Amino acid sequence: MSTPLLEVEELRVRLPVRGGSISVVDGVDYVVAESEVFGVAGESGSGKTMSVLALIGLLPSGATASGRASFRGLDLLALRGRALRDIRGGGIGMVFQDPMTSLHPMLSIGQQIEEPIRQHLGVPRAGARRRAAELLDAVRLPDPERALRAYPHQFSGGMRQRVAIAIALAAEPELLIADEPTTALDVTVQAGIIRLLDALRRERGLSVVLITHDLGVMSAIADRIAVFYAGRVVETGPRDDLLRHPRHPYTKALLDALPHPELPADHPLVPIAGTPPAPAAVPEGCAFHPRCDHRLEACSVVVPELVHDGPRAFACPVDPFVRA
Amino acid sequence: MSVLEIDSLEVTYERRDRARFRAVAGASLAIGQGEIVGLVGESGCGKSSLARAAVGLVAPTAGTIRFEGRPVVPLTRRARSADLTRLQLVFQNPYSSLNPRRRVGDQVGDGIAVGTGRSGKTARVVELLELVGLSSNARSRYPHEFSGGQRQRIAIARALAADPSLIVLDEPLASLDASAQAQVANLLLDLSQRLSLSLLLISHDLAIVHHVADVVSVMYLGKIVESGATEALWADPQHPYTEALIGAVPHPDGTGTMPEVLPGEVPDPAMPPRGCRFHPRCPHVMDVCRTDEPPLEPIGESRLAACWLHAPEARNESSMPRAPVHPRA
Repeated sequence: MSTPLLEVEELRVRLPVRGGSISVVDGVDYVVAESEVFGVAGESGSGKTMSVLALIGLLPSGATASGRASFRGLDLLALRGRALRDIRGGGIGMVFQDPMTSLHPMLSIGQQIEEPIRQHLGVPRAGARRRAAELLDAVRLPDPERALRAYPHQFSGGMRQRVAIAIALAAEPELLIADEPTTALDVTVQAGIIRLLDALRRERGLSVVLITHDLGVMSAIADRIAVFYAGRVVETGPRDDLLRHPRHPYTKALLDALPHPELPADHPLVPIAGTPPAPAAVPEGCAFHPRCDHRLEACSVVVPELVHDGPRAFACPVDPFVRA
Repeated sequence: MSVLEIDSLEVTYERRDRARFRAVAGASLAIGQGEIVGLVGESGCGKSSLARAAVGLVAPTAGTIRFEGRPVVPLTRRARSADLTRLQLVFQNPYSSLNPRRRVGDQVGDGIAVGTGRSGKTARVVELLELVGLSSNARSRYPHEFSGGQRQRIAIARALAADPSLIVLDEPLASLDASAQAQVANLLLDLSQRLSLSLLLISHDLAIVHHVADVVSVMYLGKIVESGATEALWADPQHPYTEALIGAVPHPDGTGTMPEVLPGEVPDPAMPPRGCRFHPRCPHVMDVCRTDEPPLEPIGESRLAACWLHAPEARNESSMPRAPVHPRA
């Protein structure tokens, strides 16, 4: 767990808008260790997705990324052309939210899995076919031989997501980036995908960057969690400690807004006041201060730095949840 | 006296080149005044078809639907009966259910009864917007100026304009972030109490239904398999499918507990399994389950379940000595 596989430092992403650009990721640092599941949490628009798309050169056109992202000693942000293609799908696999749109509707499952095997690993056709069947078996898809000849529309949502994971794993990546992989699925199917990701990490030593707004999913498999708000990491730490004893008011507020199945039904849900800021209108000072119950006068002026405390870090001068 | 009574409802779809299938295969449901009923199940279980039939958007092939004692007539090209305006529907996606080119106030105002003068109408629109927690100046703005949660509140205000006694909500919280979800969930609870409004809440998210609904019905492959008071059903599910659904809900408690996996998938509703429709996925399956369909029967007080585990004679015939459904440890 100690060797860092991915080190991201001072990552910034700007998107073009009419007459200039806006910041969507504003100085993000994190480290992902080998066979670790690193969770990226936050509401929509918090920069979670942009921060990982930047790593694999998939930002929308006109967007710029700066900072450093070191993967096995390579600076991902400096890669272009062939070198970038080798990493994308090779060293780093990707799974997206909606398998209906991420799979090609007119190519068979076999064609879609064999392509990366042949491209990235240089395996000949027959061998690629065999490997493709093994991969479908590894993602627990029933009857892999038949599945190879089938097309995406013939599968349910959960099975399609398993196929998408098999494709992402085809070129034996060390890191899997999964962006809301269970959001479009039923809870019963979601449970299967969560267990599959956990098994892949254990069996293959795969590292996973898991982006999800669902702290329940996070709680099941993430080893460490980073909470994003308005393009910055506001809190990070080990899963159990962070979810049980949040130290940033935003993390605490997110948890209070969720229904907790173990609590009685009449336990109130406490929504966070207001809405998350648009990237073009992020408040001065701490971006969360207009919605925060614990704000001080300084919060509207000074952007709080991440304060480290052992394995944890949080960007709030208040820390109102210190354990007695 | 129930506001809505659905009895032995069947909804059948004809598909070109393929077998016709029953999306709703005989489901019954009753909603009392001021009651919030949650209807849960996996995608493809028929819960949306039931919701659409309940408000008359699709025609049932069998069974009856009565709203405030009168039959719900399927929507045709003729004007909808005035009796049914108190039965309203809110859709899942507020991005597509609101007209992007009309002002919010005009859209909410559509539902206010014809005959109200202009000034009366404006006052009522403002009142409705405030009822759902929006300011009166929202009236002159367009849907794109609002967040997802706010848009869903506009859609609810529009439904409230017709002074309904029952609103059917089809996945109203599914496309919202946690905080917006909490806001809308609290709004529904508040409206139900303040206006003595009945709600039928269709959702795949058991955690939120647990929080909002008084009574829950669980649907599997076109049939209701269990129903009962929310807290009791959650604590002690009597159908293995309910137990599996609850076990699959992840807990954001930081303990790293893995959600339980229900093996297999929802079968094609065009070819439902013989016997109990759940038997191919059921961990407690017995011989009788493969041949005979269990009836939905009372189990204790205010609980219904359709499972042979609760029929002593069926259990004795089976190869398994006894396999009670246990709540999760």
